[in-house]
Amino acid sequence: MRTAPRSSFIYVSFIRTTPEKVWEALTDPKFIRQYWFGSTVECSWKKGSPWKLLGADGGLTDSGEILEIDPPRRMVIRWQNEWKAELKAEGPGRCTIVLEPAGHAVKLTITHEIDRPNSKLITAVSGGWPAVISNLKSLLESGAPVITEWAH
Amino acid sequence: MSDADLLFKALADPGRRKLLDRLHAHDGQTLTELCRHLDMTRQGVTQHLAVLEAANLVAVERRGREKLHFLNPVPLQEIYDRWIYKFERPRLKALRDLKRRLEVGGTD
Repeated sequence: MRTAPRSSFIYVSFIRTTPEKVWEALTDPKFIRQYWFGSTVECSWKKGSPWKLLGADGGLTDSGEILEIDPPRRMVIRWQNEWKAELKAEGPGRCTIVLEPAGHAVKLTITHEIDRPNSKLITAVSGGWPAVISNLKSLLESGAPVITEWAH
Repeated sequence: MSDADLLFKALADPGRRKLLDRLHAHDGQTLTELCRHLDMTRQGVTQHLAVLEAANLVAVERRGREKLHFLNPVPLQEIYDRWIYKFERPRLKALRDLKRRLEVGGTD
């Protein structure tokens, strides 16, 4: 018997670097801008800290709060869409980021979920995460992101 | 075998591609649920899932007593980046330049 209905996506990438380097790339705005298509994050990265994702034009795309944080292993962000009425109306979801050592690499697992079925928000973020993660991996492994313009 | 080899070998099998399509349609299925709508033995599905997991195309999460299988789209994005985007780039740029010229009113 399943628990309460929810929508979730899981993204897993193995990145040949250290957990500390991945954590830095996930929390330092000067890195985030390089792989997140010009977006940046405002946050002081402590439990309870407000969290904001700003688009390349400076506009607020998503907001939330750090629910749990355990550097460089795990963080959970309450994630509320701000820029599209239909997605905003769904209310907040949860984004869990876990880093685990895996041989000479780091296993990065990002789970984005919301406690409602057929979520449009989860579908929408699923269009973004794979490209962001692929860029992050490329940046950390080779020094350059793959895709610099958002073509979608 | 490199990661890329594992990935392409995983995708090369039609049964495994069908599994990926099933997960894309309904993500987070148990082994039993996946076997229900596929014309494969339980052992066949188990073996395919193991190959897909090794290629990082499927992520497994335990929820209570259940083991749920999720499609991980990241390696597919990486294939896109490595094998499609960079070949498309000149064409995409040409299309963007054309669009820009048409919108601005024809000045080069």
